[in-house]
Amino acid sequence: MTTPMSYYGRPVIKAPTWRWYIGAYLFVGGLAGASTPIVLAARATRNDTLARASLGAACAGIVVSPILLIADLRDPKRFINMLRVFKITSPMSVGSWILTFFGANVAVAAASEWTGIATPLGRTAEVLAALSGPALATYTAALLADTAVPVWHDARHELPFVFAGGALASAASCALIFTPIADAKLARRLATLGAIVEFATLERMKKRLGPLVGEPYRLGGSSRYKQIARMTSALSLALMRGAKGNRTLAIASGLLGITSALCERFSIFEAGKLSANDPKYTVAPQLARRAQREAQAS
Amino acid sequence: MKTFDDTAATAQATYDVPEDRMGFFTDTTLCIGCKACEVACKEWNELQEDGYNFTAESYDNTSALGGNTWRHVAFIEQLPRPVGPANDAEPLPPIPELDGGVASLLDRDASVGPMQFDTMGRWLMSSDVCKHCTRAACLDVCPTGALVRSEFGTVVVQDDVCNGCGYCVPACPFGVIAEQPQSGHAAKCTMCYDRLRDGEKPACAKSCPTESIQFGNLDELRARADERLANVVARFPTARLYGNDEDDGVGGFGAFFLLLDKPHVYGLPPDPIVTTRDLPSIWRTTAYSALALSLLVVTASIGTGKA
Ligand code: SF4
Repeated sequence: MTTPMSYYGRPVIKAPTWRWYIGAYLFVGGLAGASTPIVLAARATRNDTLARASLGAACAGIVVSPILLIADLRDPKRFINMLRVFKITSPMSVGSWILTFFGANVAVAAASEWTGIATPLGRTAEVLAALSGPALATYTAALLADTAVPVWHDARHELPFVFAGGALASAASCALIFTPIADAKLARRLATLGAIVEFATLERMKKRLGPLVGEPYRLGGSSRYKQIARMTSALSLALMRGAKGNRTLAIASGLLGITSALCERFSIFEAGKLSANDPKYTVAPQLARRAQREAQAS
Repeated sequence: MKTFDDTAATAQATYDVPEDRMGFFTDTTLCIGCKACEVACKEWNELQEDGYNFTAESYDNTSALGGNTWRHVAFIEQLPRPVGPANDAEPLPPIPELDGGVASLLDRDASVGPMQFDTMGRWLMSSDVCKHCTRAACLDVCPTGALVRSEFGTVVVQDDVCNGCGYCVPACPFGVIAEQPQSGHAAKCTMCYDRLRDGEKPACAKSCPTESIQFGNLDELRARADERLANVVARFPTARLYGNDEDDGVGGFGAFFLLLDKPHVYGLPPDPIVTTRDLPSIWRTTAYSALALSLLVVTASIGTGKA
């Protein structure tokens, strides 16, 4: 017997072949990208301790990001091919240039900060890194949304905001770990704000996806990551009050916040694979769309 | 060539389809499921075997298009059933936005009248291939420029440029392009680019014994397909063309089909769209979200400085 939803129930679209490195990159790029505006805000409020912590996080991010990307490509030479052309129609092309620009500026800013050489140049690079950081934190949402995977494409109106919120929460949580409590007020605020934005936009996204297309978030790996993300985020926020007066609690809250953002990205990453692998998510909405159009036409 | 109203972001990659565009018209009413096209394709393009798989579901053991399978002959066995059209045995899950659910759509085909195969069953065979979309998502999202539009209007991967990033794989609305295990590159039908350059037919079309696979100028093929449909529709009331409409979500296929049942029965998407159609709005949303992130940091920093 044939299965009506597709050819013997096989997927109609192909699932992404990306391995866990890419899921991890969604998180690392977000953390690094959202760290640089914090650096700039900290400088403006004469908080060099916080600035240095977040610059350190951005710096770690630009070391880890290419490693993850190249691990998925399997060959360092292949990354160079990314910079052959610039294509606005390819979020991956745009993102490769953003990462390159951001990385160069973070490297200059960090080198200047820790050697004390060429401070004006370093500070200029810091500003450029702060301007490109939010783009680095959010372009990955455009990348996922620009695929035929229903749970990603249909989330295109919310996904960039989800990524922005998560990136901010993780960058602030990271700063919280490495900054003494007296200098961490901004980090505490942003960790809370980021988590709220992420939660609120995720809820909106789920509502828009509806019960059928949004179903992968309730299945398998995606749902498990989601549950961990929810739990750690709630705990992190609960500890935030105590984090004002106790460094250990601040570190715990920061670690929980980072874990939450990481799991949230993996939940979205896994949902995409589930969404691509079951033909009903592709076929049923398309049948409905076509019927609606035909009904309107007649 | 047709123009699209939302080409702002997509113009760069997909727009320059040549006037004399070559294509495939796969007429599934003529397909006998012999798989000569699959074999010829593998031979000519030196593609690796898929192994001796036994699906135990039909005479098709290839199952799907892939990195080493650029033609795939589907084999669908529809058993005799007392009433109703094919393939509505299991109702589709209801779509909340649609009154009556998706199942109500399928009922509509019942109105075409009784079909012969309801009493005797039938075999559907169809040779699937890359659609060589007018607006190709794979080509749009390719970050290296490895995927190009050829002078024949086809979509071709350049092996030496492809870096195996895999972005085209989930971007294709038909699940055509795939990673080729031995090379790690993306791979799919080239419409035998090398043969076309020598003025030859693609290997599959050449080997097809029934002319189910027809190759030629796309406009001529479209005209021929209209004629063919008019001829067969009396015998096959559920026959339909798939991919011949330039106003569809991918701007029409360069390789289109005459099917005997609904597209999804063959594993084809009923209403495919090129995802980059929405890219201008996706970029806008992304820019807003980046801006929101920056503003949030700026506002939150007020009053956090040292006195
Ligand atoms: S069918 Fe898929 S692989 Fe072929 S041109 Fe269209 S998007 Fe590209």
